[in-house]
Amino acid sequence: MSGQDAATATTALNTTVTAMAATDPEASEQQEPRGIGASVPAADTRAKTEGTFPYAADLWAEGLLWAAVLRSPHAHARILSIDTTAAAAMPGVRAVVTHADVPGATTHGRRIADRPVFAHDVVRHHGEPIAAVAADHPDTARLAAAAIAVEYELLDPVTDPEQSFGAPALHPDGNLIRHIPLRYGDPEVTGEVVVEGLYRIGRQDPAPIGAEAGLAVPRPDGGVELYTASTDPHSDRDLAAACFGLDPDRVRVVVTGVPGATADREDAAFQLPLGLLALRTGCPVKLVATREESFLGHTHRHPTLLRYRHHADAEGRLVKVEAQILMDAGAYADASAESLAAAVAFACGPYVVPHAFVEGWVVRTNNPPSGHVRGEGAMQVCAAYEGQMDKLAAALGLDGAELRLRNVLATGDLLPTGQTVTCPAPVAELLRAVRDFELPALPKDAPEDEWLLPGGPEGAGEPGAVRRGVGYGVGMVHMLGAEGTDEVSTATVKVVNGSATVICAAVDTGQGFATLARQIVQEVLGVDEVITAPVDTDQPPAGPSAHGRHTWVSGGAVERAAKMVRTQLLQPMAHKLGMSTELLQIQDGRITSYDGAFSTTVAEAMAGKELWATAQCRPHPTEPLDADGQGDAFVGLAFCAIRAVVDVDVELGSVRVVELAVAQDVGRVLNPRQLEARIEAGVTQGVGAALTENLRTVAGLVRHPDLTGYALPTALDAPAVRIVKLVEERDVVAPFGAKAASAVPVVTTPAAVASAVRAATGRPVNRLPIRPSAAVGAPNS
Amino acid sequence: MTLPASLDEAVAALTAMPAAVPVAGGTDLMAAVNAGLLRPAALVGLGRINEIRGWQYQDGHALLGAGLTHARMGRPDFAALIPALAAAARAAGPPQIRNAGTLGGNIATAAPTGDALPVLAALEAVLVIVGPGGQREIPVSYLLAGREMLRPGELIGFVRVPLLHAPQVFLKATGRTGPGRAVASVGLVLDPARRGVRCAIGAVAPMPLRPLEAEQWVASLIDWDGGRSLAPEALEAFGEYVAAACVPDQGEPVAPGVLHLRRTVAVLARRALGRALTS
Repeated sequence: MSGQDAATATTALNTTVTAMAATDPEASEQQEPRGIGASVPAADTRAKTEGTFPYAADLWAEGLLWAAVLRSPHAHARILSIDTTAAAAMPGVRAVVTHADVPGATTHGRRIADRPVFAHDVVRHHGEPIAAVAADHPDTARLAAAAIAVEYELLDPVTDPEQSFGAPALHPDGNLIRHIPLRYGDPEVTGEVVVEGLYRIGRQDPAPIGAEAGLAVPRPDGGVELYTASTDPHSDRDLAAACFGLDPDRVRVVVTGVPGATADREDAAFQLPLGLLALRTGCPVKLVATREESFLGHTHRHPTLLRYRHHADAEGRLVKVEAQILMDAGAYADASAESLAAAVAFACGPYVVPHAFVEGWVVRTNNPPSGHVRGEGAMQVCAAYEGQMDKLAAALGLDGAELRLRNVLATGDLLPTGQTVTCPAPVAELLRAVRDFELPALPKDAPEDEWLLPGGPEGAGEPGAVRRGVGYGVGMVHMLGAEGTDEVSTATVKVVNGSATVICAAVDTGQGFATLARQIVQEVLGVDEVITAPVDTDQPPAGPSAHGRHTWVSGGAVERAAKMVRTQLLQPMAHKLGMSTELLQIQDGRITSYDGAFSTTVAEAMAGKELWATAQCRPHPTEPLDADGQGDAFVGLAFCAIRAVVDVDVELGSVRVVELAVAQDVGRVLNPRQLEARIEAGVTQGVGAALTENLRTVAGLVRHPDLTGYALPTALDAPAVRIVKLVEERDVVAPFGAKAASAVPVVTTPAAVASAVRAATGRPVNRLPIRPSAAVGAPNS
Repeated sequence: MTLPASLDEAVAALTAMPAAVPVAGGTDLMAAVNAGLLRPAALVGLGRINEIRGWQYQDGHALLGAGLTHARMGRPDFAALIPALAAAARAAGPPQIRNAGTLGGNIATAAPTGDALPVLAALEAVLVIVGPGGQREIPVSYLLAGREMLRPGELIGFVRVPLLHAPQVFLKATGRTGPGRAVASVGLVLDPARRGVRCAIGAVAPMPLRPLEAEQWVASLIDWDGGRSLAPEALEAFGEYVAAACVPDQGEPVAPGVLHLRRTVAVLARRALGRALTS
């Protein structure tokens, strides 16, 4: 049940022609693609497309009970009393748990333990869990949860992050989660041209296709097993064990298939009550979240307010950037400190800036909780600094791409954090590639009924009111955990009779790690059949599936383990031939000596043998940002340039993204088709953030927590994605030289779309998502 | 849950169980049930009543069965009869919704964003209600405005719509290119026999709004016997007139949201009339 490429199926909606096909060396060959660089398909594609793949919501256990969670209907309230008698007395109800029933730690958090398992004195956001029920039928559980009487005293919600500084403390830890004042260079310097801007970024929801679900099964030894689509099983196990008051080895998290994850899964507000109820009742307990619960429960992208002042000289070279960044964390810290570090460090973008003064804050409010969503921090600032670059270009009368090219970062330049960019940074090459790519044809020569205008087929769009705009976005993102996080992953490779198994707790969330692991073992050992074992916490930790870490760290661990197996395999032969193992090579299923004198098949050499090896990969350490926001905080960086072409109906303000031309810094292409799918998926998520996705709240209460009210991009909204160039400049410190590819298109796309809408309408476009009222043409246009 | 095979059986079932709720496609009702907003004591399924799944002709009118799905109404044979209703049905959502959702359901739900509603209002459609006391007829706008309600045991059986044999347009503004909820919508029909333009604006108020003065004013300017032409300035003014009538001021200064909505309605009304007159 190891999770495989869940997102590929959804991204296949983008039927696009790309430059990738030509670079796929295996495409013309008849044999099954194998090894690094080939488009190896995911192993479970068939089961997933046929609907037979078991996700957590499909699991079943004999005698299971159903859970329901009571959530707060208020954004901020004091709890005066909780009365569960009526609920507990309902026929079919087996257990009701509240804060009083948590045997261990009463607060938890993947990074900072500041979130209560169940709210008891105050509720701090709409949807915060208060109690949970286990019953013999899901409807009984829901009715019983609704029958729990909670007496609230309403408190004023703090919903404006600017008000959070002066508001009464929402949490014992205070309202300010982190403040980074980055100081780099001379504050007195000024430029000849100065542009200012204020930008607002909305609340994007990860909106996984499969909502949260889980099954908790009590163990005879007093422990519990949690079957969930966790993306960070060991952290989830540790926090669950702490809350249950158990040793970590008594709690086992078994990862089921992940039905989509671009953020942290699973919501602890489900896992913890499930485990508590299973321990309490001695029965398996299952819960499948509704879409509403899913929207209320999991973390979102930080809504952000950004104020910028860019100074440049008369030629358009940046002199100084001043910025203030305010991020809304919601009620709990979660990944906010890391998100702020990324936002502050990348506040100037992939440009050379001699002087930078960036002040960032992340504060608590009573809004829905924020946390890790891919590209967090980096995406919000990208939309703002690219808006500033457009303003500078307009002020100087320069083309947007030209202005950017005069400032781009390259290897050896310094980030405003004082860190030297040591990895490949082919930003200029990326930008030139998208700029020089042929523009899409105007539809004017095609028959009118074939035009797809803003507003959709048969929509209100009228050709005379449509303006086309072209804009650019250049973005960057860091890979792996930052600021001294210990990034380590362990993998085991086992070969029995010519068939290999990879055992690694790296969860395939759809990013394709399971496929990549198979490719690595195929490459190193020359075997065809490689299986990736299902993930659980009995395996050594591999860390969270975030920041592209599994491609790097877990991929590195798998490669090392495979190489150790290779040595075990070749050692006896090499000894017999009197040569070192390095002089033997494995290729196309054969082992040959350097001189060709000795040759055998891999299958023959492996027959009857059982070989095991376990290895770890730990990249070079990083350091936290200091009091001035300085430090070597990041292991690696990835870059992307996107040219957006949009059509805007300037009377209605409806926008259609026609085409996104993408050039990306990927280090090395390990699986062309998978890479293409990752980029298309990222771009589509970015289009959502640019145009429609915003989880709206009124006084802290979520409005329309459903997929009608929260508008994800449909197949008609997803633009043609042209992958113009994949720059393969190997990152020497990364395994295979490859860079993670999923996050940076998400970061860059909204900025590029906003830039194109600016070009089409002449409007400032300083708010994401772009509302129709902001995209109606300027009065004089 | 009962599944009657005829309207009479359905009425009998509803009369026998006053707490039962009729359900056709279920695209609105079941969403409300799933969200916990509604917990019907019983359901009367209308899916097996064949007499309301098609339409028939009746002295210059079409008598549309309330069980017609959006998918069925979107097809070319239906579009040739009532083009605006067909266009609204095609815009009513993704294929899954259009395959299940029905005309009668759209009326009974009476959501402000119901796509068929402005078209029915512009067509001045009449509902044929069946109930324990036999049939009665009420204008669709009476039901949507709450002037008349369905009584216990009653069902929407049919919708009578005039066949106008003239261009009709439905347009809506949404937030995305794919199917979406209307921010504002317009149904506009020409009635050459009565030399009338009828127009209704959806989604901006709890029910579709008819800008009657604007309709009369613009109808008086159209050259009905000739090419039905209209000066661009008149089209523009019609849009503004409709918008001013349907999106009222809410005090000074006018909120930016109101300004944008008014502009959207003006553009939709102008484009709808322009398309109707040139097609």
